[in-house]
Amino acid sequence: MALIGPNGCGKSTLLRLVAGLLRPEAGVVELDGVPVSGPDPRVGFVFQEPRLLPWRDAAGNVAYPLELAGWSRPRREDQVRDLLSLVGLREFAGARPHELSGGMRQRVSIARALALGPSVLLLDEPFSALDSLTRERFNSELVNLWDRTATTILLVTHSISEAIFLADRVVVLSPRPGRVVAEVPVELDRIERESNIDMLALGRTAARIRRHLAGATDDPSPAELSAELSRRERARQIPIEELGVPAWFDPFGPEDRS
Amino acid sequence: MTDARSVAEARAQGRATRAGHHTRVGRWRRTVDVTLAAVVFVALWKLLVVVGGYPVFILPAPEIVAGRFVSAWTDGTLEPHAAQTLLEVALGFTVGASLALVAGYALARSRLMERVLSPYLVAAQATPILALAPLLALWFGSGLLSKVVICALIVFFPVAVATMVGLRSVDRRLVEMARSFRATRWQLLWTLELPAALPGIMGGMRVGVTLAVVGAIIGEWAGGERGLGVLINLARGSLFDIPLLFATLLTIALLGIALYLLVVLVERRIVGVRG
Repeated sequence: MALIGPNGCGKSTLLRLVAGLLRPEAGVVELDGVPVSGPDPRVGFVFQEPRLLPWRDAAGNVAYPLELAGWSRPRREDQVRDLLSLVGLREFAGARPHELSGGMRQRVSIARALALGPSVLLLDEPFSALDSLTRERFNSELVNLWDRTATTILLVTHSISEAIFLADRVVVLSPRPGRVVAEVPVELDRIERESNIDMLALGRTAARIRRHLAGATDDPSPAELSAELSRRERARQIPIEELGVPAWFDPFGPEDRS
Repeated sequence: MTDARSVAEARAQGRATRAGHHTRVGRWRRTVDVTLAAVVFVALWKLLVVVGGYPVFILPAPEIVAGRFVSAWTDGTLEPHAAQTLLEVALGFTVGASLALVAGYALARSRLMERVLSPYLVAAQATPILALAPLLALWFGSGLLSKVVICALIVFFPVAVATMVGLRSVDRRLVEMARSFRATRWQLLWTLELPAALPGIMGGMRVGVTLAVVGAIIGEWAGGERGLGVLINLARGSLFDIPLLFATLLTIALLGIALYLLVVLVERRIVGVRG
């Protein structure tokens, strides 16, 4: 299933709600009828950036969630080996993140997300930082992965073609306030999609998604714009902490923001 | 697999450049640079003595100092003092740095702690240790304890601040990643925050260890029976052995360099290569 929509419509927020990283203000997120409360082991999260620990090699990064979950070393090693072969990085187990290409790093992060055998894999624009050639290959690899691991995949994307290629259902979101505008089923089987045989059906699906996206642009209204600007103005005054420099005993600094 | 190939190349290149630092030519070159600089320094020193015509009790010539350095070590004049100072520094640094790690963590975690404690920390750091030393000697006696306290005090601030800054600047995105795998508070600290903050913390330790030597000498000046600071006083005063004074200064400098290098070595060991 793919989520598609312009920036700021809450796609990433939705994913974080599903993952239990954020708590909903109202309503409940349920997986198989069981509500999600707090970060959930049934969910694997692939972030927009690989977010690898730079001081660990590829194997160490994949093993990270297993260590946190208290797996024994031999079990960990077996699992890591399987996962790295799954994403085609077995020979790179000992490579540090800075020695890997962007695409390989993202593969490590996918293997890491799969480490604890989640039933749902959440992908937050996982390939947006990759070049379009690598991206295409990743998309077909992802389909393979989906075939082999029997994991439900929820993908956030900006690309209509990517959504059609990967998903069985495409959910279209509108910006501010984020609403589900439509759910478009992709009625093409895998082989048709890969070979682009049925261009007509493909085009029709794309057109449907596009129609729902119409008007849902990225541009904020004037009111939103001024709100955003004043927010940024405020943000500019405080952010020392975010930059990593602490407001060490600064009596002239701003009051608590915590 | 263009991907794999380019990475293999990149790794090979990385290995080549990294190895470059350690090839025999590179190491030899660095040794030559360091030696050359030392030779120039000693030559300028000698020149100054000759041209200025200074007497031995103002500025002894380098060969006199070198001779006294060797004789003071061989006849057992320097050794007990150096051992005492080293002990003070080691104990003081260990105590100060350990407490600073805990305090740095508390300061990084709690705004309240930071607000309440930081004025005292800054004030303690701003008050010259030279002025505090007599008081601390009065409280803790002229033995080992007062020196350890002074060393610990002087080491505390740079390490605490480095720890706080390091922990605060951990990438929030990595923290979110760890949280998505249900890391507990404690796991977060040990597996993510501490390793991420380590380069910064080690920077604070580098500063701290050199300051610890200063602290020990000052502590010995304020009262004590043994130590390099005591020996300086003796050499200047009752012994009136200025070459010995210089030999002691040389020992202190070498001690500082050795300890600094030790910290750097430990840092390389535990921080390793990061990209």
